Amino acid sequence: MSERWQPAASREIIHLRARMLKDIRAFFDQRGVLEVETPLLSSAATTDPNLNSFSTRYLQQELYLNTSPEYCMKRMLAVNGDAIYQICKSFRDDELGPLHNPEFTMLEWYRPGYDMFELMDELGELIRLLAVAYGLVVASIEKVSYAEAFMRSAGIDPHKTSAAECRDCALEHGIEQPVGLTDDVDGWLDWLLTQLLMPSFPSSGLTYLYDYPSSQAALAKLRRDRNGNAVAARFELFYGATELANGFDELLDAAEQRQRFEQENSHRRSSGLQSSVIDEQLLAALEQGLPACSGVALGLDRLLMLLAGADTLDQVLTFPFSRI
Amino acid sequence: MASYNTNEFKNGLKIMLDGDPCSITENILVKPGKGQAFNRVKVKNLKTGRTLERTFKTTESVEAADVEDRDVEYLYTDGEHWHFMEPGTYEQHAADNVAVGDAAKWIKGQEACVMTLWNGAPLSITPPNFVELSVTQTDPGLKGDTAQGGSKPATLETGTEVRVPLFIDEGDVLKIDTRTGEYVSRA
Repeated sequence: MSERWQPAASREIIHLRARMLKDIRAFFDQRGVLEVETPLLSSAATTDPNLNSFSTRYLQQELYLNTSPEYCMKRMLAVNGDAIYQICKSFRDDELGPLHNPEFTMLEWYRPGYDMFELMDELGELIRLLAVAYGLVVASIEKVSYAEAFMRSAGIDPHKTSAAECRDCALEHGIEQPVGLTDDVDGWLDWLLTQLLMPSFPSSGLTYLYDYPSSQAALAKLRRDRNGNAVAARFELFYGATELANGFDELLDAAEQRQRFEQENSHRRSSGLQSSVIDEQLLAALEQGLPACSGVALGLDRLLMLLAGADTLDQVLTFPFSRI
Repeated sequence: MASYNTNEFKNGLKIMLDGDPCSITENILVKPGKGQAFNRVKVKNLKTGRTLERTFKTTESVEAADVEDRDVEYLYTDGEHWHFMEPGTYEQHAADNVAVGDAAKWIKGQEACVMTLWNGAPLSITPPNFVELSVTQTDPGLKGDTAQGGSKPATLETGTEVRVPLFIDEGDVLKIDTRTGEYVSRA
């Protein structure tokens, strides 16, 4: 164990990170996707009730660190409409653990004209390219809807289930009931996802989950699935049980986006959190008009962890939180 | 009643679980990127010493356990209770057999111990990491066996039996590591 002032990551890992970043930039360069840079400081905080923004000040002005570069990138899309990507730091308060660091590196990109399935394919090509280059085994690739994955592992339909049914399902599978988790169906679905579904994904396979419940749409468009359920055009990518990326077929409707921000704020207030300042500049960009597009955010520290064969983020962060 | 929010969880924090005081030994965040966060904690039940796991929805609060550690000196036992004194204030505390637990194997009087109090009453006693105790009974070691690093049982003045090297004789004072219960050296 090295001393606290020293980098925690080995020389090999530091080099591997540099090579991975170079390969990612080459991937997007070849495809004509433009690298961009947006501010890490923002005058608005996230309204997402499950995320907490760091706050800071410029003189007397209250500012926040971005939880992802999404809003500014969309403001760029509304003006230029180019395919763009960004590699930047994102910050989330109160997130620290084996797979979480309050400050982390995110790759986010937007593809005008792509639907979520096309973007899922491009994401898969990037991951496979890196996997081949660095010797990460990808034994299988599966795209499965959120509903089908729940039916398969838990035997419940997530679009019609209740908290009581989720609780029974947890009991049946020997999964404990978290203290404080009562009648919140989305909370239960998240719990079953992490405890039952994710551990059942093929351990060296890529699994895409798509068509999330409409209540978990965030900034995704709503659509109808084959069974007529209103679902979110949102997907996530997992390698084994490790969550790597989250993507949307982006919501374009400014009025609906405003309504979701307001709903999220009222959810925040009812859970005892402070409501956040709504990002009027994003809403103004949506009103001006965003090209139909899909976007995805990929956690690069987690990807590096997998490429390095490590099992915690602390092994690949040059200076993890415990050393700052 | 004092309580802690899950975002205050850290190793060593004392909380109440199922009516017993517990100390957190591990705290792990479980959270899908866009989803509900949970804290999965491992705790040690300070009454039973047993480890258990529990998960909390993040933002839940948990009752704090009124647990504190005091430096005390062991005085004597009257057979039913074990008496300790705080050197600074001369305040005395009587602990029962349950609270003293395994510490009884290593203390004979005047040792500096740590007493853990729960709601002001003794919950457990931690003896010094090392104690010095004399051997009251052991069989003579066989000549020539020392090279093989053999061991034999010896009874200490507290009545506790430990494994010792063959060259140890009755009356020798030994240094014992109370955390492992093992012989370290002759004192």
